[in-house]
Amino acid sequence: MTRLITILIATTLLAACSTQPTEPDTTLYNRLGGQAGITTIVDNLLFEIGGNETLIGFFADTDIDRFREKLIEQLCEVSDGPCEYTGDSMAQVHADMDIDNRHFDALVTDLITAMTEAGVPTGAQNDLLARLVPMHDEVIHAEEHLNGDER
Amino acid sequence: MPDRKTRLVTLMLTGLLAGPAFGASKILATSGAGSIEGAAGGGLVPWAVIGGYGSDGEWGAAASLGRVDVDDFRLGTASVLAGVHDRLEVSFAQQTLQVEPLDAVIEQHVYGVKTRVAGHLIYGRLPQLSFGLQHKVNQNPAIATDVLGANSASGTDTYIAASKLYLHALFERDLLLNGTLRYTDANQTGLLGFGNSGGEDPQLVGEASVGLFLNPNWAIGAEYRQKPDRLDAVDEDAWRDVFVAWFPNKRVSVVGAYADLGSIALWDDQQGWYLSVQITN
Ligand code: HEM
Repeated sequence: MTRLITILIATTLLAACSTQPTEPDTTLYNRLGGQAGITTIVDNLLFEIGGNETLIGFFADTDIDRFREKLIEQLCEVSDGPCEYTGDSMAQVHADMDIDNRHFDALVTDLITAMTEAGVPTGAQNDLLARLVPMHDEVIHAEEHLNGDER
Repeated sequence: MPDRKTRLVTLMLTGLLAGPAFGASKILATSGAGSIEGAAGGGLVPWAVIGGYGSDGEWGAAASLGRVDVDDFRLGTASVLAGVHDRLEVSFAQQTLQVEPLDAVIEQHVYGVKTRVAGHLIYGRLPQLSFGLQHKVNQNPAIATDVLGANSASGTDTYIAASKLYLHALFERDLLLNGTLRYTDANQTGLLGFGNSGGEDPQLVGEASVGLFLNPNWAIGAEYRQKPDRLDAVDEDAWRDVFVAWFPNKRVSVVGAYADLGSIALWDDQQGWYLSVQITN
């Protein structure tokens, strides 16, 4: 049993050491590489979506320039960067699309690939995902989140 | 040595590797790994996750080979599972226990179903809650029933499991927590039969797993599995392990662990290595 505990402690220490402590004044925005980094992430994501059979159909009639611009704004705002999101609410955008977990999972997978390709470290990737995943319900059950005047 | 069922699983493994990938969208590693009783889980403990990479509206399938090598025993498992719409899992496992000091072999078949009843591993606040059954048929029950006083050669475990992956939770890493409550009359998971001289004697036992994802491909963690101790003739202890799991891609996962299985039948302090390989469609 002591051998077990030693291994457990050793692996936990290993995990702790492989993590750089976050400086308190470093925003996630900076750790994503600022405006340039977020732009790269979004461009990588568009490339991934373009090759993803599960997702591409949804974007057939989408104004990709607008989508790209709004998504960059949103990621900037969500990561505490100097931007304000000027797009529509998540519920408004995704209403009546019949998005389910298959699509959401596929998008998360593409976003992870996009961030990895952009050289974003694991901790910052996890931080961004942790801030986006709570929007899941608004995207999947968009109709239930719409106020009367948004419909 | 390998019998027909093991060959079947090996065939499925190669089939899954060679076959075309069909729609399977779940996020890497959220399939769980193969576990000793065939259900998707950590290794010793079944999790609430549905095996394979099938998300809503999709199918997933997996085949696993596992091996536990402790001082006086070797347990080999070969298993297959299918996951439907990330909602229902059916599984089959063939376990082969070699009792080295006696040069004896005990085989067991485990038929499993598991269904997600609420929540989700990642999305929403609720953990993923699943309900499962494992029907076990010991093929060589003589040692258990004639020598050790077990009541029968087969039994059915029922369990509920709750699993949640907390993103960016610890050292900026994703943390998986799983708790499983099992109602069982199995001795040493059924390899030593079911119940005792007093009858079935089912009991409620608790099992738990923690895992920390160092990055999307590597996780480390530990598992604990409480066990009943109902045979008069021999002792039975809780099982535990520390593991490293590797998910290089959605096709393959490998789990290596150091396991402490305590007393098994006449032999105390059984410790050793666990290795499991899973191929997913
Ligand atoms: C947390 C997850 C998500 C976030 C943060 C997100 C964010 C956004 C943003 C900012 C826009 C542009 C809004 C605007 O034009 O005003 C957008 C549009 C869009 N999103 Fe999402 N989205 C998410 C999930 C999804 C999923 C899972 C799908 C499913 C395929 C999806 C499909 C679309 C489509 C098709 C558009 C374009 C709509 C149009 O043509 O006007 N999104 N999303």
